[in-house]
Amino acid sequence: MSRKYCKTHEWVQKEGNLYVVGITDYAQEELGDIVFMNLPNVGDEVIADEPFADVESVKAVSDILSPYTGRIAEVNEDLLDRPELINEDPYKAWIVKLEDVSDSAELMGEAEYLAFIEQEG
Amino acid sequence: MAGYIPSTSDERQLMLEELGMKDYKDLYVDVPASVLLDELPGVAKGISEMEAETAMRAMAEMNVLYPTVLRGAGIYDHYIPSIVDTVAGKEEFVTAYTPYQAEISQGVLQSIFEYQTMICELTGMDASNASVYDGASAAAEGSMMCLKRNRNVVYVADNANPETIETIKTYAYGRDVKVEMLSSKKGVIDVNVLEDALCDEAACLFVQQPNFYGLIEDIEAIADKVHNKGAKLIVGCYPTALGMLESPGALGADIATGDGQPLGIPMGYGGPTVGFMATKKAMVRQLPGRIVGQTTDSRGGRAFVLTLQAREQHIRREKASSNICSNQALCALRAGVYMAVMGKKGLSEAAELSYDKAHYLAKRLCEIPGIKMVYDGPYFNEFMTTLPVDAAQIEKALHKVGILSGLPVDGGMLWCVTEKATKEALDLTVQTVRGAVSK
Amino acid sequence: MKLIFERSTPGHCSDYLPKSDVEKAPRPEKFLRKAKWMLPEVAEVEAARHYKELADQTFGVVSGFYPLGSCTMKYNPRLNERVASFPGFTNIHPLQPKDTVKGCQAVIDLADEMLCAVTGMDKITIQPAAGAHGEFLGLLLMKAYFDHHGQTQRTKMLVPDAAHGTNPASAVMVGFDVVNIPSNANGCVDVEALKNALGDDTAGLMLTNPNTLGLFDPQILEITSLVHEAGGLCYYDGANLNAIMGQVRPGDMGFDVIHLNLHKTFSTPHGGGGPGSGAVGCKDILKPYLPSSFLGKDERPEHSVGQVRSFYGNFGVVVRALTYMLTLGAEGMREASQTAVLNANYLMHLLKDVFPVAYDHICMHEFVLTLADIKKETGISALDVAKGLLDFGMHPPTMYFPLIVPEALMLEPTETESRQSLIDAAEKYKLVKEKIYSAPDELRNAPLTTYIGRPDEVKAARNPILRYEE
Repeated sequence: MSRKYCKTHEWVQKEGNLYVVGITDYAQEELGDIVFMNLPNVGDEVIADEPFADVESVKAVSDILSPYTGRIAEVNEDLLDRPELINEDPYKAWIVKLEDVSDSAELMGEAEYLAFIEQEG
Repeated sequence: MAGYIPSTSDERQLMLEELGMKDYKDLYVDVPASVLLDELPGVAKGISEMEAETAMRAMAEMNVLYPTVLRGAGIYDHYIPSIVDTVAGKEEFVTAYTPYQAEISQGVLQSIFEYQTMICELTGMDASNASVYDGASAAAEGSMMCLKRNRNVVYVADNANPETIETIKTYAYGRDVKVEMLSSKKGVIDVNVLEDALCDEAACLFVQQPNFYGLIEDIEAIADKVHNKGAKLIVGCYPTALGMLESPGALGADIATGDGQPLGIPMGYGGPTVGFMATKKAMVRQLPGRIVGQTTDSRGGRAFVLTLQAREQHIRREKASSNICSNQALCALRAGVYMAVMGKKGLSEAAELSYDKAHYLAKRLCEIPGIKMVYDGPYFNEFMTTLPVDAAQIEKALHKVGILSGLPVDGGMLWCVTEKATKEALDLTVQTVRGAVSK
Repeated sequence: MKLIFERSTPGHCSDYLPKSDVEKAPRPEKFLRKAKWMLPEVAEVEAARHYKELADQTFGVVSGFYPLGSCTMKYNPRLNERVASFPGFTNIHPLQPKDTVKGCQAVIDLADEMLCAVTGMDKITIQPAAGAHGEFLGLLLMKAYFDHHGQTQRTKMLVPDAAHGTNPASAVMVGFDVVNIPSNANGCVDVEALKNALGDDTAGLMLTNPNTLGLFDPQILEITSLVHEAGGLCYYDGANLNAIMGQVRPGDMGFDVIHLNLHKTFSTPHGGGGPGSGAVGCKDILKPYLPSSFLGKDERPEHSVGQVRSFYGNFGVVVRALTYMLTLGAEGMREASQTAVLNANYLMHLLKDVFPVAYDHICMHEFVLTLADIKKETGISALDVAKGLLDFGMHPPTMYFPLIVPEALMLEPTETESRQSLIDAAEKYKLVKEKIYSAPDELRNAPLTTYIGRPDEVKAARNPILRYEE
């Protein structure tokens, strides 16, 4: 599966049995300098389209919504010390990896997503 | 009357005309006629400054001022160096708003940073916020800080100040939080039964040091048991006592709270005071309220700024863990100045004088037949004695000689002595009580 | 400026306390302080100079025009400070016998009476220490009311999207679920959306009127009526009372419980961030739930929610507010609110060709400018303009609030500014506007002439340094 995108600016990429989740370049651009991440714990259950983490910039907090219903298998602990990794390379700085997924939120391909953000801006 | 409005009625009429209006009513066009008042009933006419001062002074003079105060229970009569009043009276500090514009508020921001540092040193913690309303609400906020998904039971020592206990309970009302009392034995926490008393969902234990009866708790031992249960220890402390007693941070507490009133804030009929909250590094991002941080500015110099604001209600809104959005800045400034000019030397002196004078009074009171110490353990500057007569009689007798007695409580009287009580006053107290008891 | 620790010299101190006149009692060795700790070591003259320096770097109402929207930075009368420092008010222990504090009781009773008259409420409590604290208590009263009447299904609190962040935060603290009510094109409550949100799970609506855009919602009576019909209660956020003090009573508008900000409307000083007082007023139906002090042995209301802080509240702040109310009297209060509204409209009139106004309508005591178009056109933001104002010696207005207006600047001049002061201020805004086109880089880097330049807030939040370390 190639990388997919949500309307709420998360991306998800299948990696073996796991689904890797992060936020898009558009999202990190809008947020500005990220100062802190509130991350979930391994083993937490998540639901498609519902918040499972949040990201703080100096003057704002944004929820990160899960693209799938499932369970947190891994958390990128590097982000706790260096949240700016997301600003630097949002597609490399993954946030969580999900397992046992079932339902998904509405997912778009790259071209569709780019068109979508063209419209928004 | 004085509305403190600089423009004259002519000037205001000119402004109305420039806006194309005739009358003030034109400004209130959106207000339904049925609720727009023509006058304000129930409020008297305004008066001059001189008359207002006289009226307020008359009310102040209806109160009784006691030269010697032997009552504590949460508010303490400590000596306030005059420079504290001078600094807290500076117009810039008094009339400034919250320092959101850092570039023109470095004075306020730096004073808060200094206060935060001093509170950390006093309590042995890593980080402090800019203050909250008072010690009781600080204890409540501290308890809420410890809540987690699977830990929602807050334990409170039953020998803490009842005002604090009630406040914690009120803060818990409406949230999915249970408040359980932890029983004390012989006036202090029973460390032996502590671990078993805490359930697996325990978020924290709140303990007061010294406790409501003035007794010193074994914080180190308590911390140990609480941590064995995976819970946090919050210690609500009397700041003057920390001039002599070991800090909660050094003994293993996770959060220190308390009321900073003894640090340069007058008794003031109970308010305003200032609540302090300090914690270890691990919990910094759970600290509610304002926090000042150090950074650099665009010119590369040191600068202070409100930080970690994304925790706060004006950004998180319904996701905020607390709604607090002010600190008691001017009171925190008083506390900061007090700690700065008193220093370790002064705080230790205040503590030792309070301790020694309290022990002196206790010893001499207990020479009176029928008066005994209720509890045996070590205490700081408050202690409870039995009374062979009604507490009201003691209160009245001491009132006649200008002394505010200890607080009448179930089982006797809770006395408090600070550095302000002279030996003469204490001897007069003993003499008067002896007289009242023998009647 | 040096930190007080950086001014410390070992051994420097003052002599404030006398030597002991009693014997030294045995010490509890086990509990004594042993771990190393430090506080400043300064002589009094060193401290005096230090705090003078800090005061010189603090901008207060006494320093200049301070039009912070929603903060009501009116002049803080000196009389209030004199009265609040009478020993008869400062040296009183809260637990003195009741017959020795008749003066304090008189202050509280008279403030209660006057504030009830101003607000149309039946009872005031002065216990909450700040506006947000008052909100918390007010909502607790509502919750207690519904619990007591067996209506525990009422869990939803309706909050307009223009509301101050404390509103939803307070609601959540009390266990309510927040339902956001959108604003209509006129910036007021969308009544249709409100109707759709109301039901028998509605606990109530939190509202401020005039709202956070400075507009008086003309549909207020219908709004409160609808909420009552659905069985809910109406909460009034008193932050904007300065616009209508003595002209309209929240009780008449249909509100059941309110909080006041004595440090806004009633002239008590802001102190750099407190202490204020968030006195709460309520109608008779909520009186049984009011708080009281446990040790203070006030008559505890039958179903009291307990207490939200120790003792009675910020008494010293109430003393100042009462002095102010006595001085102004009924006609003084009306004059103050009328002039606050006049000054805001006048300033808006002076600025309307300088920056776009968010809502082209008569405002109350404050109004909102929006720099959204300017930002799109030039890249200069509301933040840049606000920082630019600092170089003209003025405190900027409130930035980026309310959230529903992009690139917002909210101005509230208050009644204690003269006509000339407003004209002078408008001139400076014009000069900043010119800079957007003639010297935008100056604005991007502003302020240039203040004690420090723009602080690096990202660095402060990423790597928090919250205390001095040697």
